[in-house]
Amino acid sequence: MKQEFTISLFSENHIGILNQITIILTRRQINIESITASESAVKGVHLLTLVVKTTPDMVRKIARQMEKLVEVLKVFVHTSDEIIYQEIALYKVTTKGLMSGNVIDHIVRTHYARILEVSPEYIVIEKTGHKTEITELLAQLEPYGLLQFVRSGRVAITRQVKELVSYLRELDEAHRVKPEEVETYNRN
Amino acid sequence: MTEQERHEETARANGHEHITGAEALLKCLIAEGVDTIFGYPGGAIMPVYDKLLDYVDKLRHILTRHEQGAAHAAQAYAMVTGKPGICFTTSGPGATNLVTGIANAYLDSVPVIFITAQVVSGLIGTDAFQETDILGVSMPVTKWNCQVKRSQELPDAVAKAFYIATTGRPGPVLIDITKDAQIEKLYFKYKQCNYLRSYNPHIPLNTRAIESASIMINHAERPLILAGHGILISGAVNELREFAEKTGIPVAVTLLGLSCFPTGHRLYTGFLGMHGNYGPNLLTNEADLIIAIGMRFDDRVTGNLKKYAKKARIIHIEIDEAEINKNVQVDLEIHNDAREVLQHLIPLVKQKSYESWIREFRICDKTEYEKVIKQETRPESGDIRMGEVVREVSELTGGKAIIVTDVGQNQMSAARYFKFTEPYTLVTSGGMGTMGFGLPASVGAKTGKPEKQVVAFIGDGGFQMTIQELGTILHYNIPVKLIILNNGFLGMVRQWQDMFFKKRYASTELVNPDFVTVAQGFRIPAKKVEKREDLKGSLAGMLEAEGPYLLEISVEKEGNVLPMVEPGASVSEVTLNYKS
Repeated sequence: MKQEFTISLFSENHIGILNQITIILTRRQINIESITASESAVKGVHLLTLVVKTTPDMVRKIARQMEKLVEVLKVFVHTSDEIIYQEIALYKVTTKGLMSGNVIDHIVRTHYARILEVSPEYIVIEKTGHKTEITELLAQLEPYGLLQFVRSGRVAITRQVKELVSYLRELDEAHRVKPEEVETYNRN
Repeated sequence: MTEQERHEETARANGHEHITGAEALLKCLIAEGVDTIFGYPGGAIMPVYDKLLDYVDKLRHILTRHEQGAAHAAQAYAMVTGKPGICFTTSGPGATNLVTGIANAYLDSVPVIFITAQVVSGLIGTDAFQETDILGVSMPVTKWNCQVKRSQELPDAVAKAFYIATTGRPGPVLIDITKDAQIEKLYFKYKQCNYLRSYNPHIPLNTRAIESASIMINHAERPLILAGHGILISGAVNELREFAEKTGIPVAVTLLGLSCFPTGHRLYTGFLGMHGNYGPNLLTNEADLIIAIGMRFDDRVTGNLKKYAKKARIIHIEIDEAEINKNVQVDLEIHNDAREVLQHLIPLVKQKSYESWIREFRICDKTEYEKVIKQETRPESGDIRMGEVVREVSELTGGKAIIVTDVGQNQMSAARYFKFTEPYTLVTSGGMGTMGFGLPASVGAKTGKPEKQVVAFIGDGGFQMTIQELGTILHYNIPVKLIILNNGFLGMVRQWQDMFFKKRYASTELVNPDFVTVAQGFRIPAKKVEKREDLKGSLAGMLEAEGPYLLEISVEKEGNVLPMVEPGASVSEVTLNYKS
């Protein structure tokens, strides 16, 4: 049975890492539902959040293949109930349409959205939430003259206790380079 | 003072040499113990080749006749010596010609360091002359790759490349060096790499899993060891033998595992897979415990997965976690180095013997001998068979030669009928099945082990894919013994057309040149054998020859390699007889 999985992948900031990840998915013909890439809380470590729909068996296989990549530090796979996640969306709606109905206040309040900018021509509204909530607001705004709509990929935080930082610290301590090893090979 | 200037100031104060990137590359290789390089020069890599002239006493360069040949030779060199192979090529076509060789090394887990040159960094991305995005091209078939645009980054990149290629599950790596980085000077300092936080090849031993394994092994009634390339890579040949002898468990090997266990041993049951031996294939489905060590359950080994080893519990000892539960669901996974696991496991297992279980293998051996092996290796009439050529070579060399094969029927015959007695004596293209591998690989194998007799079995088809490497053999007088098993067909494809495509021979019959004349054109002594009575004498003459030698042997035109686990069939549904 196919289901939705969120893959959180921590990697070194190496050129081409995204390419290597997508190669693994492309080979197996797995579509990326959403993707977000950014620097993580640890300096120099990048975080990729991918959403894919596939079987539990397949996601385990591809996660292991991702973790096998030299520059990848750690891969976590989560089902939706194991994480807290959000997407962000921006809506640009005609001012005329929205003001005429006098509904803007109601919409913004009930959807916990936010108004970012108001001009005589358009209003920009921001909403964070799950995909379904963002789609609901989209449906509500459409009749008032939607000019533009963009949504981001997913960002997620896990419910687990052990964090990447402690994992990295353990690794570094286990492998601390001894200073006497350094100069050995410079005499050739 | 900028950081760069400060860095140089310290380097100068510490007495580090001020040399070009090209020279630094060579010094890095020497520091890593390299003495042989296979390659082909071109525009972008000229600074490196120029510097090679100053290091001829330390670095030997073998100029192949095509970059693919250099890649295969470097891989074969690595397979017989255990040291990483080194391969140099220029940018653009030089780099792309490597791709088959890189992919071949990747699928067979062989450490090869590929150094490609790149156009001047300012021209990258402009479709410059001989520019190709080799990083992008090689990404799916390398364990790791990188590009060096500044000479000072070079030593670290090389150190990292060696560390990654040779540790964990080994594999090919590629460093792409721009021409300006080869020319630019740096203060040279080399430090070997032994740690990358994102890459951890030394996994702490899972002693609990090993203890569980020992309990499963001690209670098994029909256990079977499947030994793969991992035994050879991790250097566990002695450990495997000790483990098998103590537990009394029979051993089957994969194609790339051949030579990791002596073929004459009382516990040896043969080689697994599509054209493997009857016993180990058939009895895989009768075993109650399978101990898979350093192998990856390739589809050519397992046959139909739905009917594979259903009576057995499976222990998988494998260093690459991504291979565990990839094709076959296992009952116990031990994600560690094969040698370390066996060392830890041996004291925990009980001394046992499985006489009646082993007798079943011997009964299968007898059936296979009567139905297949006898007429293949000791025919009394008809054309020369591939199997009999291999048997003769095996007997004449006492099973001590290094065997190199191409791909197809020649490869399967060599794997089936050569009696391997020493480890690291088979060089073959397993995962990729690259036709054209044999000839350049023989160059690499002989270069790596000059003291060993190197015999290559090559088909008439594959030989013509890399035939230009006869030039390399001539150039360096490499005393390899080449056996062309000539049936005038692309034999394995023809066999499939015979068996599964109603004998419709589409584009498999070859119009061949006179191979003896071709060899003589390259000033390589050669002879053609057509009659059985000439076979043994000619082979002996070839083996005694001092220099290189080519023997073209006309073999049965439409011979099939049997037994065969047909595609889609289970390993227990082995075809022993096939009459078209």
